[in-house]
Amino acid sequence: MIHQYKNNGYNIVLDVNSGSVHVVDELVYDVIALLDAGDTAQTVTEKLEKKYPAEEIAEALEECEALKEAGVLFTEDIYEHAITDYKARKTVVKALCLHIAHDCNLACRYCFAEEGEYHGRRALMSYEVGKKALDFLIANSGSRRNLEVDFFGGEPLMNWQVVKDLVKYGREQEKLHDKNFRFTLTTNGVLLNDEIMEFCNKEMANVVLSIDGRREVHDFMRPFRKGAGSYDLILPKFKKFADSRNQQKYYVRGTFTHHNLDFSQDVLHLADEGFEQISVEPVVAPETEEYAIQKEDIPQILAEYDKLAAEMVKREKEGRGFTFFHYMIDLSGGPCVYKRLSGCGSGTEYLAVTPWGDLYPCHQFVGIDKYLMGNVDEGITKPEIVDEFKCCNVYTKEKCRNCFAKFYCSGGCAANSYNFHGTIQDAYDIGCELQRKRVECAIMIKAALADNE
Amino acid sequence: MKHIKTLNTKPLQNTLKKGGCGECQTSCQSACKTSCTVGNQTCENK
Repeated sequence: MIHQYKNNGYNIVLDVNSGSVHVVDELVYDVIALLDAGDTAQTVTEKLEKKYPAEEIAEALEECEALKEAGVLFTEDIYEHAITDYKARKTVVKALCLHIAHDCNLACRYCFAEEGEYHGRRALMSYEVGKKALDFLIANSGSRRNLEVDFFGGEPLMNWQVVKDLVKYGREQEKLHDKNFRFTLTTNGVLLNDEIMEFCNKEMANVVLSIDGRREVHDFMRPFRKGAGSYDLILPKFKKFADSRNQQKYYVRGTFTHHNLDFSQDVLHLADEGFEQISVEPVVAPETEEYAIQKEDIPQILAEYDKLAAEMVKREKEGRGFTFFHYMIDLSGGPCVYKRLSGCGSGTEYLAVTPWGDLYPCHQFVGIDKYLMGNVDEGITKPEIVDEFKCCNVYTKEKCRNCFAKFYCSGGCAANSYNFHGTIQDAYDIGCELQRKRVECAIMIKAALADNE
Repeated sequence: MKHIKTLNTKPLQNTLKKGGCGECQTSCQSACKTSCTVGNQTCENK
């Protein structure tokens, strides 16, 4: 399977099954398109000889043949059987999203957690429940050593003492069981202070700091309950926090909506404020919401992604580059094919825990009764839910099978699929279009930076 | 090559042999929480 496209002056050919990326000239670009359509060397030559000299066409064909021989062009998909066996294995749990507080001190308009309440009641997780969650994780992690625990909410700083106590408990337990806890925290910053930053810098492998970009954009979507904006309160704290972590192991993380389709300006605003690790993602919401991304917004969003990618190349070459999470791609040592095909791990390796200890396939399923799969006292009581998630992959989804981006998004977000189609075996179409564009941009950036070498 | 520049040198199919240790980061623990970003993660078993 071949995907070829032009972006920012580069002709790019992605050999999907090998993950190989080739930057090619116009001639090879045309040759590969014809070969992919079933042409032979002879018919390719006949079709292109008016446009290019015959000896050049012969050279191009030879180069394509050499890549094919090397297993980096026109490769076959040899993964489907491997992944079927891999998925048949017994799964372990290696990551938990702890809903440490189902409560929030902001009232963000787009909150999928309904201001922290998740279709339920306000609640804080007790230390006892949190301890049981960590015990459950250790007991179900098999031979996995690296265990991930995200303190999530609502707003986890509203239950900070329990976060600290659980980190302490985890550090004791990891020694006893030869595990390595990687704690992370996602926060809106309202309650952030020096003590918390210092603790996080010692204990948290990553922190995710929620900020949407420009002041007016942020304050419109992320107000306090009484309506005032939160930007001025959190920005200086986030800057200090990012610097105290040496601009590493954190993300400022924003959401863009129908109201700021020019979101590249928000990304650049965050970069201009000095942040070097940035993630800004499209809101996912029912199309009836006024802020939801609509189908007709797609062309503008795609153009914004292009604009952002070109600007990032420019800044990188000027020595003032930054990381944009959705453009991160490691062409030489990314995840193995098993990881790429087994997806995000929701419902199998990754579970969410509510304040009262219920288990769900991920944070986005919390509160949906049919996906309640157990609790920290009894463990998994509905293994059929694990099986449903385990069997879901790019080969079981028709939309994914022929998509060039399938090895990058791994079939997409199960919760998005469920929310838009009522099943995890589908895909959220707008999300797919944006994902494909992001993969194209990420690869283009690599091509442009390689061009500099 | 005169017409083609290949950016990466390790084809994905090579990872079929030794991959699958499962130690790498769960994608939603990194930053996303609303998308799926498996391709962004790094391998812990290089």
